[in-house]
Amino acid sequence: MPVQTEAKEQKVVVFSLNQKEYALDVQHVVSIEKMQHFTRVPHVPNYIKGVINLRGVIIPIIDLRTRFQVEAAEYNQNTRIIIVSMADKEVGLIVDEANDVMNIDLDTIESQPDVIGTERQNYIAGVVKIQDRLLILLKLEKILNFQED
Amino acid sequence: MEMSQYLEVFIEESREHIQSCNENLLKLENDPDNLELINEVFRSAHTLKGMSATMGFEDMANLTHQMENVLDGVRNGKYKFSSELLDIIFMAIDHLESMVNSIAAGGEGKEDVSDAINKLKMIESGKIVNQSDTTQTAEIDQANISKTNLNYDQFEITVLEQANEQGYKVYEVSIFIRPDCLLKAARVYMVFDVLEKIGDIIKSVPSVEQLEEEQFDNEFVVTIVTHDSMEDIEKKVMKVSEIEKVTVVPLKISDLKKMNNEDSPDENIEKNVSPHVVEQKKKEASSARDTTDKKITLSNKTIRVNIERLDALMNLFEELVIDRGRLDQIAKELNHQELSETVEKMSRVTNDLQSVVLTMRMVPVEAVFNRFPKMVRSLSRELGKKIHLQIIGQETELDRTVIDEIGDPLVHLLRNSVDHGIEMPEERLRKGKPEEGTIQLKAYHSGNHVFIEITDDGAGINREKVARKAVEKGIITEEQMNQLTDKEIFNLILTSGFSTADKISDISGRGVGLDVVKNTIESLGGTISVHSEENVGTTFLIQLPLTLSIISVMLVEVQKEKYAIPLTSIIETAIFKKSEIYYAHEQPVIDFRGKVVPILSLQEIFQVPKVIEGNDYISTVIIRKGDKLAGLVVDSFIGQEEIVLKSLGNYLTNVFAISGATILGDGQVALIIDCNALIK
Repeated sequence: MPVQTEAKEQKVVVFSLNQKEYALDVQHVVSIEKMQHFTRVPHVPNYIKGVINLRGVIIPIIDLRTRFQVEAAEYNQNTRIIIVSMADKEVGLIVDEANDVMNIDLDTIESQPDVIGTERQNYIAGVVKIQDRLLILLKLEKILNFQED
Repeated sequence: MEMSQYLEVFIEESREHIQSCNENLLKLENDPDNLELINEVFRSAHTLKGMSATMGFEDMANLTHQMENVLDGVRNGKYKFSSELLDIIFMAIDHLESMVNSIAAGGEGKEDVSDAINKLKMIESGKIVNQSDTTQTAEIDQANISKTNLNYDQFEITVLEQANEQGYKVYEVSIFIRPDCLLKAARVYMVFDVLEKIGDIIKSVPSVEQLEEEQFDNEFVVTIVTHDSMEDIEKKVMKVSEIEKVTVVPLKISDLKKMNNEDSPDENIEKNVSPHVVEQKKKEASSARDTTDKKITLSNKTIRVNIERLDALMNLFEELVIDRGRLDQIAKELNHQELSETVEKMSRVTNDLQSVVLTMRMVPVEAVFNRFPKMVRSLSRELGKKIHLQIIGQETELDRTVIDEIGDPLVHLLRNSVDHGIEMPEERLRKGKPEEGTIQLKAYHSGNHVFIEITDDGAGINREKVARKAVEKGIITEEQMNQLTDKEIFNLILTSGFSTADKISDISGRGVGLDVVKNTIESLGGTISVHSEENVGTTFLIQLPLTLSIISVMLVEVQKEKYAIPLTSIIETAIFKKSEIYYAHEQPVIDFRGKVVPILSLQEIFQVPKVIEGNDYISTVIIRKGDKLAGLVVDSFIGQEEIVLKSLGNYLTNVFAISGATILGDGQVALIIDCNALIK
């Protein structure tokens, strides 16, 4: 395999949430799981739905809709849990649908226009336009960091 | 030859043998006449020598060779077992240990062992000044008082006695064959040939069969009755080529009788049998003894497995359990008789498998503790203190990962106790304490934790001294000094940059030690605290979480959610009528066996969505923290189960009243309640 020395490209996992498309750096994605039974954990922020058993490892799951403060939706056949890992934390993100893995050109990433939202902006690293799709690149560390909210 | 594949085995086995040497040597110190123990040590040393020579680690082989010689001397009564001798052997073992470690780390296992070798050689040549030893050797030289090498049974003694009465002399002939000799068995045969011409051979160690099969090193001992003189025997045997050395020692029957304590009655009967039959008989006996010895060593064999593999096995197994649950369900839905039976059978097998997998990760703390007696011994000798280390609860099991981490902090604390805690013998006597100090190392399970206590009956911590030092070092201020409680002051010794020892010694106290200990323990999710009373002693209490260990829990249901309550916190379960609840300042309480016990609703505490209406009865689990009780209200009891405690991960830390989670048989997660957090 030829090594791309000038790695201007980034592989991302694309998922949809509330009719928008988001992208996460594939490096942080461990796996994508179907929605499954979870156990509620008391006294945690409301967006932490609970914990699941992922092949013997207990992993907390975050509902990204609640996290982004958009209306909640019923979980269905398409609902996916994207297991991400950052630093030494492993967390599952509940999304409406996981669509794609694709390459994006780093040069095409634009910063988020200031006008859109205020709170949510923190989670966003930038936006990428590919043909007629608009991908919102997420800052995983912000999503996982619940103490600083 | 490609050795790398054997290297791992070599390292593991070497460690096993070194450890067994350590243990047996320590036992020997208290029971120096126990021949069995000496033999055990000798065997370990011998195996080590063989292994290291095969693997080409020459330093190790040389050292073990010297060690073996000395041990052999001890075994044969040539040298008296003394603390000095033990020190030297321990020194050699320390070298061996570091060489093995170096090999394990990919090194060549080379080390300067000349000091140990020289000392061992000095023992061998009798130069180590040892009062009892020198007098004994002198006695042998001058008065020809016999010192026996071998053990004789009653029958052999009788035979020797009769030979003696008939004017024969009894000698023990030790023959050393040159190490480079190729056909040892042939030389043995020739030696036996020579000896049989002179007299009758009563006994040989190792046995004749073993000698013929070359199952011996370079030395063997033969007992012979003859008319010839010592010199003649020596000369005649030396004529056989490739013999390095022959020593002939006369034997006194009266001494043998004293030594002999193993009477075998059935052999007593045949008194008038010729020496040849005796030999035959003895061969059988000695070979029988050898097989039993082998059995003992075999039973301790273990396989070491990488912990990651165990983790993988555990996770795979849990997957299996989940699928088993699904199969079970499918079988029920299909109502297929044969399928159901198969699934049921599989359930039983997986249950057994589960307990095996779970216990595999647990290691008794003995794995860490067993190196301490030797350490404390050598430290106390170095410092000129008298210390007895008492170990309690070494069978307490801890998860392997914790075991691996806890060793160094414990070493540090023990060194601290030996160095700073226990006083010098004179000082102890002055204080009216027994001369010998005691350090107690104790491990036990309690609740969700394992506790390790290190208690010494030494000087204790001087509050003033610690406080002043802390002020000096800027850890606390002058005002704080008077406000802090004793306990708070004592715990200051765990902060960094602290050392109260007047003298800085090699053993502990550069002020970097105890805070490292604290950090390590905290990184394991544990805590450490100090309790002390001046002139009475100091206790370090380490609390370690049972991460990834197995605990017994009671599974309960709160509405539709399942929770696990550690059995260690539970006193019992009780069912009350609602009308039996009283209120004391808004706090619902019940009368439980004459005690007023507050009750807590888990549904409220955990904000469990309410779906089931209660009835007139409430089910409670009575829990305890110290001497305080509380009743947890639940909706139903499911039953007792052994579970694997898992953490909620690094993302969810410090969830109120939840100490962890576990995966149930159906693959779902149940949270484990931390009873300590519920009782204030």
